[in-house]
Amino acid sequence: MSYALEIDNLKKIYSGGTEALKGISLKVNEGDFYALLGPNGAGKSSTIGIIGTLVTKSSGNVKIFGIDLDENVAQAKSMLGVVSQEINFSQFEKVLDIVTTQAGFYGIKKSIAQPKVEKMLKRLGLWDKRHDQARTLSGGFKRRLMIAKALIHEPKLLILDEPTAGVDIELRREMWDFLKEINSNGTTIILTTHYLEEAEQLCRNIGIIDHGEIVVDTSMKELLRKLDVQGFVLDLEDPLKEVPTIKDYSLRLEDPLTLIAAVNKEKSINNLFDELNKLNIKVKSMRNESNRLEELFIEMVKK
Amino acid sequence: MDKETNINISVTLWTLTSKEIRRFMRIWIQTLVPPAVTMTLYFVIFGSLIGPRIGSMDGFDYVQFMIPGLIMMSVITNSYANVVSSFYSVKFQKSIEELLISPMPNWTILLGFILGGVCRGVMVGIIVFCVSLFFYPDFSIANPALTILVLFLTSILFALMGFINAVFADSFDDISVIPTFVLTPLIYLGGVFYSINILPEFWRSISLANPMLYVVNTFREGMLGISDVSISFSLTMISIFIIFFTVSSLYLLNKGIGIRD
Repeated sequence: MSYALEIDNLKKIYSGGTEALKGISLKVNEGDFYALLGPNGAGKSSTIGIIGTLVTKSSGNVKIFGIDLDENVAQAKSMLGVVSQEINFSQFEKVLDIVTTQAGFYGIKKSIAQPKVEKMLKRLGLWDKRHDQARTLSGGFKRRLMIAKALIHEPKLLILDEPTAGVDIELRREMWDFLKEINSNGTTIILTTHYLEEAEQLCRNIGIIDHGEIVVDTSMKELLRKLDVQGFVLDLEDPLKEVPTIKDYSLRLEDPLTLIAAVNKEKSINNLFDELNKLNIKVKSMRNESNRLEELFIEMVKK
Repeated sequence: MDKETNINISVTLWTLTSKEIRRFMRIWIQTLVPPAVTMTLYFVIFGSLIGPRIGSMDGFDYVQFMIPGLIMMSVITNSYANVVSSFYSVKFQKSIEELLISPMPNWTILLGFILGGVCRGVMVGIIVFCVSLFFYPDFSIANPALTILVLFLTSILFALMGFINAVFADSFDDISVIPTFVLTPLIYLGGVFYSINILPEFWRSISLANPMLYVVNTFREGMLGISDVSISFSLTMISIFIIFFTVSSLYLLNKGIGIRD
């Protein structure tokens, strides 16, 4: 198995004495869509910073597609694209210039970069704004510009540090589709996010970092399997005045027409429906409660 | 092309340099016009109005004597200002991450910023020279090769100093302290407006410790053929300082001081 990213015993102690990373080790497979989660200050941004050489490591090793950052930093970085958490382009430059210049920083000649830039800006819905100064863009378009910039040199590994923070739901869904598309075309993606639904929807594998240590590194399916209780949202045909009581199932009313059921994984959902039928409660439709990962996440970082 | 990485270094360098040139050209009204206006005022007041009363300086009309000094003053301040403000701005806006994440070698990053500063310094020098011709149309350059050499060396030297200032700067105050409280007094006392031969012995000796004196006088040697100091010594010192500041800048970049956590 070849790895897109190998981190070995990575440590970071800041000059003030804060130990941000306590020797983390991590391997991300080529082609993976990997979620790196953790509470604020857990060490996610330090890890990404070290991979992108924005932060100087204290010790340890980082390899990108087998290339050691200490041995051939330029070659390793040419395979890496990073979408930072904060906007990091010149606000006074035009969209077209920002992306073309970024290509130039990777040694791509303007004549070669121009068609790539056009294609990328069109794909991300930025083409009509190509002559606008970046500062005039809305928050969502600035995020798209960050992604365009990070992808213009066609990196094999893309790291996104909270790329959808503060963007509306529609744009977030569009970005998910875009990220899924580039991942299916072979780009390995590492994503940090506070929207756990996002990680659950997009990522195949997951690492949880807390207090500078990796506390979970597994597949998304495996992690979700550990969940003892699953939440289901039941949309009812007729409104209920009070919460029904059914043995072995914890129920609560979100509103008179929405019943939330917490079902232990040992229990069958069919029994729940049988009991609801007996009470003459008709269910129109059912869906999973989307905070499954959130529950696990809180449990993991509490430990 | 870098054989190990397949990265076209010349493209990365040209990209950064042209970005830097684009930056100061975009705000030309803040970068290119002010030196022309300020120097016009110097030429009007000190050259045309007060100059005839001063008479000659080292055998030249006062306005003619001032021209090399005022050009150097503009070149020094603009080369320095361009790099210090541009590099500090990319730190402040975090767009320095674009450069640090890219595979560009550190020497290319340094050279790109320096070339941007040199372009502005030289361009402003030419503008001020053109302005001076309105006040002294018969000006002829005594040694064009030396003039051009000193023009470029001075730009490089002060662009490097601006870079180091920006690396250590943590606020906009930090990028104005050295130009205001160090560079400007040294330039004014560095023989821009007078020959140190008119000073009493004590002040003349003190003036010899001012590095600006060597830059201004070497340039004056190129333009007028006169100097208060040894040209070979001056050129050697300028070159030594360029090497020193280049090595220091690369050290700071490689260590990530002021730019990496």
